[in-house]
Amino acid sequence: MHIDPYGPTQRHGETFSYLPPLTPERIRQQIAYLIQSGWNAAIEHTEPEKALSNFWYLWELPLFGEKSVDKVLAELDACHRANPGHHVRLIGYDNYQQSQGTAFIVHRAGALRT
Amino acid sequence: MANNSYQAGVKNYADNYWTPDYVPLDTDLLACFKVVAQEGVPREEAAAAVAAESSTGTWTTVWTDLLTDLDYYKGRAYRIEPVGGDPSAFFAFVAYPMDLFEEGSVVNVLTSLVGNVFGFKALRSLRLEDIRFPVAYVKTCGGPPNGIQVERDRLGKYGRPLLGCTIKPKLGLSAKNYGRAVYECLRGGLDFTKDDENINSQPFMRWNHRFEFVMEAVHKATAETGERKGHYLNVTSATPEEMYKRAEFAKSLGAPIIMHDFFTAGFTANTGLANWCRENGMLLHIHRAMHAVVDRNPMHGIHFRVLTKCLRLSGGDHLHSGTVVGKLEGDRAATLGWIDLMREAFVPENRKRGIFFDQDWASMPGLMPVASGGIHVWHMPALVAIFGDDSCLQFGGGTLGHPWGNAPGAHANRVALEACVEARNQGREVEREGREILTEAARHSPELAIAMETWKEIKFEFDTVDKLDVA
Repeated sequence: MHIDPYGPTQRHGETFSYLPPLTPERIRQQIAYLIQSGWNAAIEHTEPEKALSNFWYLWELPLFGEKSVDKVLAELDACHRANPGHHVRLIGYDNYQQSQGTAFIVHRAGALRT
Repeated sequence: MANNSYQAGVKNYADNYWTPDYVPLDTDLLACFKVVAQEGVPREEAAAAVAAESSTGTWTTVWTDLLTDLDYYKGRAYRIEPVGGDPSAFFAFVAYPMDLFEEGSVVNVLTSLVGNVFGFKALRSLRLEDIRFPVAYVKTCGGPPNGIQVERDRLGKYGRPLLGCTIKPKLGLSAKNYGRAVYECLRGGLDFTKDDENINSQPFMRWNHRFEFVMEAVHKATAETGERKGHYLNVTSATPEEMYKRAEFAKSLGAPIIMHDFFTAGFTANTGLANWCRENGMLLHIHRAMHAVVDRNPMHGIHFRVLTKCLRLSGGDHLHSGTVVGKLEGDRAATLGWIDLMREAFVPENRKRGIFFDQDWASMPGLMPVASGGIHVWHMPALVAIFGDDSCLQFGGGTLGHPWGNAPGAHANRVALEACVEARNQGREVEREGREILTEAARHSPELAIAMETWKEIKFEFDTVDKLDVA
């Protein structure tokens, strides 16, 4: 039987990092889900070599109460343009659970999309 | 007060212990039993006998009864309900004053409620269906050492279920070969691997050798993937002293999580280990070997929802819950009921899910249900729909049985999981559209495509033995 060898381990970035890179449309859908779930969007970024830390750089402040998918998307792009060599992650802060309802990398380091 | 004189002899249990007018107090511990009495025993008498024998009563009056206030201490049978579809059985509701139980001791609660009374001759069978623990009692128990939110924060994993795998074969691997299997799973995309419950410290693989090789695998996979990994190191042992020794060694190697079998080891050992985990920042995965011996028979024993409540009070961060869809028994509605009991802050009475009482957990952290046993990628859509994000889905054979090996098997499960989560978030009906969702995802993942081909015909569709009683 044919076997595809599993090559050297790739670096990953938690949720959705085993799927093909997110397209703008798929990012919009996940932002909409985050807002619909009642969470507060927040953006953070880091140099890839520091990615295992709990604390990335917070981009501005969490977008408390923001209901516009376009506004969140624009902030993600602004963070990405300002930090093209960084991972950029979107967080959904769940203040009821005092945790994060979701968190996933939207822009991986080096993959500048314009 | 000196109102009663002593009269030796045997009284009907119902004289003292059947109190249909009693209104339970918020501080009472409530229990619901399913009772089948011997022929000729009235239901009120049988219910009262259960209340008596599980609290202050015995078969005859004794003079020392009069040295205390038994009306204060006695358990009371306060309600009887028919069991739908079974005229021989009925539900007996019993209220116990909280003072009957030592604080923080599910051991003591169980010794009373499921002690001698289960061998009582006047009953044909007896099953403890549910317990309502009063908030005041909940507050005396330690509960989960960390809880779901702390676990997520420690691991940095949000917005999806966690993925695990039990290493197979269950028995017989050497420590280094075992570590190899762990490494391949973790580097392929799993969050956790797990010792099978039978693995303690046998001649083929002593515990300390296993711990060392496994932790090298965990640390290497973490560094390579950039994701935090763990392996449930089973510290279940013959003595508490040995258990703590193994836990300390796991901590010294940087392990984030250890594992315990709460039912074979017992609640005393479990509560002690949970306390150790709380003090040492260690996650605690709980296996449930032996549970089906007492919880599967619908007429006799203890329902799993009771074991779930007791374990949450005793302490653990993960608990096996069944899968509904895999190889092991588990009715869907009943499973949803005990998953709620693991995770939620307040669980209202819901007979459709077999929940007999409101249960307020008084801000005690929740624990993650673990779905494990005969599941593979085709089950992923149903598992995501049933269990939601706060769960750990464990594919043993469904990872290791992949025709290309563990890492591709792990990768396939991770792709399938993330595809289902993404689709759910997009508003798609994941269970109904499961085939399309997986097929789309497999276009980008040859690992998933071959997994789907391998297990496309495997199902476990047998009737459930322990069904919920219809109202």
